[in-house]
Order: sequence, then C-alpha cells, then structure tokens
Amino acid sequence: MTISQIQEELIDEFSMFDDWMQRYEYMIDLGKSLPIIDENLKTEGRLIKGCQSKVWLNAELKDDKIVFTADSDAIITKGIIAILIRTFSNQKPEDILNANTKFIDEIGLKEHLSPTRANGLVSMIKQLKLYAVAYQAQLNNS
Amino acid sequence: MPFDIEKIRADFPILKRKVNGYPLVYLDNAATSQKPQIVIDSIVNYYSNYNANIHRGVHSLSQEATDAYEIARQKLQKHFNIKNAYEVIFTSGTTHGINLVASGFSEILKKGDEIIVSALEHHSNIVPWQMLCERTGAILKVIPMNDDGALIISAYEKLLSEKTKLVFVNHVSNALGTVNPIKEIIRLAHDVGAAVLIDGAQACSHIKPDLQALDVDFYVTSAHKMCGPTGIGMLFMKEEWGEKLPPYQGGGEMIKEVTFEKTTYAGLPHKFEAGTPNISGGIAFGTAIDYLNSINFREIEAYETKILEYATKKLLEIEGLKIYGTAPGKTSVVSFNIEDIHPYDIGTIVDKLGIAVRTGHHCAQPIMEYYKIPGTVRASFAFYNTKTEVDALVEAVKKAKLMLT
Repeated sequence: MTISQIQEELIDEFSMFDDWMQRYEYMIDLGKSLPIIDENLKTEGRLIKGCQSKVWLNAELKDDKIVFTADSDAIITKGIIAILIRTFSNQKPEDILNANTKFIDEIGLKEHLSPTRANGLVSMIKQLKLYAVAYQAQLNNS
Repeated sequence: MPFDIEKIRADFPILKRKVNGYPLVYLDNAATSQKPQIVIDSIVNYYSNYNANIHRGVHSLSQEATDAYEIARQKLQKHFNIKNAYEVIFTSGTTHGINLVASGFSEILKKGDEIIVSALEHHSNIVPWQMLCERTGAILKVIPMNDDGALIISAYEKLLSEKTKLVFVNHVSNALGTVNPIKEIIRLAHDVGAAVLIDGAQACSHIKPDLQALDVDFYVTSAHKMCGPTGIGMLFMKEEWGEKLPPYQGGGEMIKEVTFEKTTYAGLPHKFEAGTPNISGGIAFGTAIDYLNSINFREIEAYETKILEYATKKLLEIEGLKIYGTAPGKTSVVSFNIEDIHPYDIGTIVDKLGIAVRTGHHCAQPIMEYYKIPGTVRASFAFYNTKTEVDALVEAVKKAKLMLT
C-alpha cells in the first residue's frame, strides 16, 4: 500500500469513533502492535529528543525500503508512534520525504502537534524524515 | 472579610471557560497563577489613561506614571516588611534577579571560595551558579535531601565554613512543595559570614515572608505566580549589598553622570534598573499584592491546607498511587505517580477531561533522579480551587488509570 492509502485507511478506522476516549483507547491498542525495537538498540543515540516520554526509533534499509522499529515508556506515545510506523515503515525514502502528515489532524490527534506537548509528535516525524534523507542519499550514491 | 470562595472565583474571568468541552479545572498554579479582573484592569487602565515613560518627563502624564510605579514599589516594601523602598529592585522575574546577584558575585568571589545550593532547586536556577563557579574558580556544594523531600540541615551545617561566601536555597520547592527552614538556613550562613539569596518564586503565593525578621541578604520572586502579570518580579537586596555589588546592565536610568571618561552610577534601586522598565507590570504587581492582602494570607494558607489535605486523602485512595514530597508543613502541591503508568499518559488523559496539571520533571531533574523516576504528575492548588475540583481531578485520574492499564 502507498503512504496515502494507509493514511486513508487510518482516517477510516478512526472515523468509527464518536468521542476522544474511544479514539485514545484504539490508539493505545495500536500501540500494542508496534514493531518493538531490539532491546540492545535502545541506545542514547536512538532516543528522540524533545519528548516528555522516552522514544527510541531505529531505521534499517531493506532492499530499497526503510523498516522502522520503536518503543516508548509511555503508552499513548507508543500508540502515536505505532500510527506513524504503520504509515511510514516499508516505504521508499523518497515517498516518506514527499508524504504529508495532515492525516494526524483528520484522525483527531491534532493536539499532539502542538508545541505544548513538548513537540513529541513533531520530533518523531522529523526523525523519521531525517532517516529518509540519509537513506535517500545512500541510495543515490550506490 | 470572611473567606468567600464563590466571590473569589468570580474575580477570575478565566475560571468560567471550558476546555475540551469540560469546565476548566486549573491545577497548575505552581507554574503560574491565574489573574483576577482587578489586575487585568490595572494593566488596561495604565495603557488607556496614563501611559508614559517614568522618572524622566516633567509632564503630568510622566509624573502620574512615575507615581504609580513608585507606589507599587512601596506596596512591595510594606508587604515584605522591607526597611527601605529603595531596597526593592524591579526585575523581569526570579531568573533575572538570580542572574543579577550571581553576576555581582563574580566580582567578589575568589578561587576556592564556596557557594552552597540545595538539592531541591529548580535546575535552571543551578545554572547561574555553575557559570559563576566556572568564571571565578569557586566551588559549588549541594545540601542533600531525604526521602520526604526535606533538606538535611545537619549535612548543611557540615558544608558551611569560612570559605562559604553565598548560600542559595528556594523558600518552597516547585516540584514537591517542601517549605525549607530558611530562617535557620540564613542564621547558620551568617554565623560563618556568608550571604544568603532565597528564591521565593514558589512561596509568595502561599506565604507572606517578613524579610527583616528573616534577616535575608537577597530575596527574589516573580509577580506571575502571585496573581500578577508575567515579565515582572522583585529582587530585594540589603542596602549594604547594593553598594558592594557592581551594576548588572548598563543603560538609561542607572547612571548619575556620564562623560566619555567616566560614569558615576545612580544609587539604589536605579543602579540595577537599567532601561525603561515594565511599567504596567510593576503597577499591576502592586495591584496583585493588594488583592492577595484583601483576601488575607492567613485565610489563604488555612484554606489551601484544607484543599491539600483533602486532595492527598482522596488521591491516596487510588490503588498504586504514590505521592512524592511528604515533608511536614509543605505547600499545596501534590506530585504523584501511579504504579507502571507514565506521568505523561496520565497528564494527557486528564487534560482531555479539562484538567490542567503539569507532567514531567518540573525542571528539577536532580530530584527526579533521587527518586529514580522519569517525572511526576503535579497538581498544584491555589486559594481559588475547590473540593469539587479536587473530586474532578480524582475522577479523571481514576479514568486515566482504567484506560492505561
């Protein structure tokens, strides 16, 4: 599936809920499906700066696609990163770079984009895109 | 005037609003307090009716503004029982006051001199002293705390010596609410000839300190935690220190005479008040002090203690909830965690229910490290909070726990 297809799918799933509590419960459930980062990869270098909770993110290039794994010590954060990883993992660096993140707003998680959330979500998206930049450069040089 | 909570709440326009569809329950008072209409009006009135630069103009408007600003200074003098109004220096806030003193001491300290701070400090307030030590070769020592979040005074006594030149302690800890025994801390420091700077930012909304009785050398605080506006604060400085310390910033207002060869500085407080100050802020600070006194600090303290006791009791009924900071006589702050749940998760859910609490390390990382936790949820109460709001918090935390486990 393309990134925008996955985003449409997520918007669909979240539109089933009438209130924030159900949305958050669903997000917490999604967090349980997060592809968990290897314990030994939970290093200082893989920590995302700017989050109140700890978020570790790892990226690997498999063929021409990036595979992300992650973990967090807070479950809501884990849910958020699960949503991001479902959207961006197993995608080409170029597609990740060109993708927009408007769907976050549409699934009702806009408040997490605000700087008062210590920029957690914004930092995560930035980090995902930085990996895409790096692997894109690597692919261009090989 | 009897303590009338409904009347008091009516003074604060923001308390009428809704957040995420729920009535706002504002429990982040340790970060900043809300403002009563009278303080808001005082700012509007200044800009609408007598806005002018102060201390210079001979015109009537400037005179009116100067008078109002200087009356505010006198209100602070009276409130804090300060001997002379010129020992009240307006700053932009607590951080500014601390940096002003730290900068002054860079001219006084020698290599090997010692500065003592406490383990309960706001970590941003440790930085000016670290910078000062780097500049001067002085050494920073730390008063440790115990499991209750109280300072260990016997350890403090051992740190003190004739090498100690300055002691810096907060009056009340922002993360835990601990009220430090500053009178004793000051006396012990003076016994070895050291000066003391007290950070009163967290204290002054709950306690009315008598600075002459405390015999403190420097005391700093911010208006915005006392129902006043942001961007204005007070540095009290004993007159003798005002003469010893060099000016912090150069600029207008702080000079007596300037030629290209030499400048003579103005006396206190102007020596430390370079440039056009926050005039409306200073005036509104005075209004906020009047407002708090009209409610009466003894009433405020008694009421907040009741709210704190109620909140503590109710929260502890939640299984797995642990409160950090249990020093006797603490101010109305409850810092807590629920077993196996990240404080950020709890904060996020209770916010969706209209409740404003703080989550995180509260800029006190050394304290969090002591307890080996990533942070806490902190509910901090003011005299305008109610038991009903405490109930709303408790219900929200229960709901969060249910969702998160």
